Amino acid sequence: MKPISSRFAFYLGFLLGTSTLYIFLRQTWFERGFSRRPNSPGSVAGLKARLDAEGNTWKTDAHIQLHHHNHVTGQDSRVADELYEKVRVLCWVMTGPKNLQSKARHVKATWTRHCNVALFMSSVDDPDFPTVGLGTKEGRDQLYWKTIRAFQYALEHHGDEADWFLKADDDTFVVLENLRWVLANHTAEEPVYFGKRFKPYVRQGYMSGGAGYVLSKEALRRFVEAFRTQACTHTSPVEDLALGQCMEKIGVKPGDSRDTLARETFHPFGPEQHLTREFPKSFWYWNYCHYPIVQGPQCCSDLAISFHYVSPDVMYLLEYYTYHLRAYGYKHRYQPLPPRALSGPGKTDASQEKMPDTGRTEEKQEAAAAAAAGVKKPARSGNVVLQEKQQ
Amino acid sequence: MMSEGSSFMKGMVLGGLFCLVVSLIGSYTLGIQSNMELHLHHHLKAPSKEELQQLSEAQKLELSQRVRVYCVIMVQPKILQYWVAAKDTWSKHCDTAVFYTSESAKVLEAVNLEESDEWVRLRKALSHAHENSGELQWFLVVRPTTFAIVENLKYLVVDKDPSQPFYIGHALKSGELEYVEYQSGIVLSREALRRLVEVFKDEDRCPEQGRSLWKLSEEKQLAVCLKYTGVYAENGEDSQGKGLFNSKTVSTLISDSMTRNLPDVVEGCCSDMAITFSGMTPNQMHVMMYGVYRLRPFGHTFHDSLIFLPPEGSDND
Repeated sequence: MKPISSRFAFYLGFLLGTSTLYIFLRQTWFERGFSRRPNSPGSVAGLKARLDAEGNTWKTDAHIQLHHHNHVTGQDSRVADELYEKVRVLCWVMTGPKNLQSKARHVKATWTRHCNVALFMSSVDDPDFPTVGLGTKEGRDQLYWKTIRAFQYALEHHGDEADWFLKADDDTFVVLENLRWVLANHTAEEPVYFGKRFKPYVRQGYMSGGAGYVLSKEALRRFVEAFRTQACTHTSPVEDLALGQCMEKIGVKPGDSRDTLARETFHPFGPEQHLTREFPKSFWYWNYCHYPIVQGPQCCSDLAISFHYVSPDVMYLLEYYTYHLRAYGYKHRYQPLPPRALSGPGKTDASQEKMPDTGRTEEKQEAAAAAAAGVKKPARSGNVVLQEKQQ
Repeated sequence: MMSEGSSFMKGMVLGGLFCLVVSLIGSYTLGIQSNMELHLHHHLKAPSKEELQQLSEAQKLELSQRVRVYCVIMVQPKILQYWVAAKDTWSKHCDTAVFYTSESAKVLEAVNLEESDEWVRLRKALSHAHENSGELQWFLVVRPTTFAIVENLKYLVVDKDPSQPFYIGHALKSGELEYVEYQSGIVLSREALRRLVEVFKDEDRCPEQGRSLWKLSEEKQLAVCLKYTGVYAENGEDSQGKGLFNSKTVSTLISDSMTRNLPDVVEGCCSDMAITFSGMTPNQMHVMMYGVYRLRPFGHTFHDSLIFLPPEGSDND
């Protein structure tokens, strides 16, 4: 008995030992990926040790939420920095207690970091997030109340810290640098506001709420004053339309936010919709847009300012596309000149203006004429650079 | 009882040792090169800014023109929309882009390989590419749903000598075999391709039909053949060690990063100089085209050391 069971135990042990070690080896030795291995000393091409200059500037501190810093690494941000100082934008994001964790948090982790001042407006105060409590209830019928109160709050508490005041939703993605590029050709004293222009209901049109809109300080002052004097009142809960009506009353003009090739910058839908989808002919959108709708790649400026209906994962995707992923060495087709407000080379003179609302044919004809002459046209900002593909 | 227990223990120890010895012997016979040499081939990084900045303007321009890529894009008629998407988007940035199909279809402008077997198709495509590539020295081989940023590939290889064998991509290891993952794109230098086409003729080392009981995937077969010619897989990564070749879509990678609850989702996701993403739908490719070649924040200038111009006759980049 004893010897047999002993031998049996031995075999069992042997089997167990073999299989255990095999599994162990398989995990640690056999199947391995290569990524994130420590640096090997010499490489085939004999490259010297690199200074990881890019790595140092890369660090983005997500904890410093409202602090401006470089998101684009390894490059020269002087123009963007100058615009940051000269064209100060206060961003306020329309949100609510239920959306803080699901939406607003991602807005805070991405684009609002580029605002000079960023505020999150809710019905209730939340010191942890933080959000400003507007003293309203939640719900679609409260949107205009929240808007009115939010703008009042912004002017009262932060009026001196900004020149322009942007409203956005918690599913809007905004590229502040491109907003500043458009705004830099105007002053905060102009009674003007910018956004995606719709035409119905208001003679001068109004700006889509979801795509975001931005008021000059003068526009904001007039707006707040109008509510004080009751020149404007809470007429309807449809926030963007009601605000547009008030703007018309108080003499604030709707600006043209399109780029110098007449391409839209504020977008009421997501990038995939604008770039790839065809809006059905019966879609309300066709009757709403003030400027001609372009579908496909020319729907959207290279210097897009906003997209709407952006879910959190698309928020990060847009951040990656805008501030991170690029084609090394690529010379962009669209070469916008700096706005007048900036100092330094490439400053345009006062006679140059942003292209008027004449459509793109004029621009195309000019570009064609320039091509025939074989000359780049420096006088017009934003012309397509004529490329001679090097063979 | 005691003797059983001790027998058991002895058995376990001996079993473990046995396994260890067998695997050591096994790895010895399979491995052809020593570990030392393998380590030299593991990580392949793009040149640093400093290195490239040392070049003169004329040299930078010359380099930009000299590094040219032949794109081998595998397609199939039943997924025609990917051929359309690739043609409309990223492949315009290849110096030469050739589509290779398994069977012909009227609308599909592609080299018809008339072959259903993936491995044989790959062989034929690579042979064709080798014969028809003229002066081009770098080859990128991708599957239909892959989006490649050719400029970033050029940046990765600009300081590598294409008359040396290079086999680059997302490198994986299976047993002792190191191979480049097909789905995330395979890069071959001219010399590597030349050697490969040579070894294709060797029916013993690089057969058209696999000899083993189970069929090796094409990517592994490729690695085996290349290994016989002394060419080893290298992992393409950026200066931070992040992989440049991705077998997943950018959305998937972003979602993965989000679930990991990192403080910076985007930094935890992907490289700024990524070369490939795969599994992309046609619409996603159009959005990526816009995101890579157009969408940007005003006021940031990159003083890159290479310059690549936009292709003619295109408006989505």
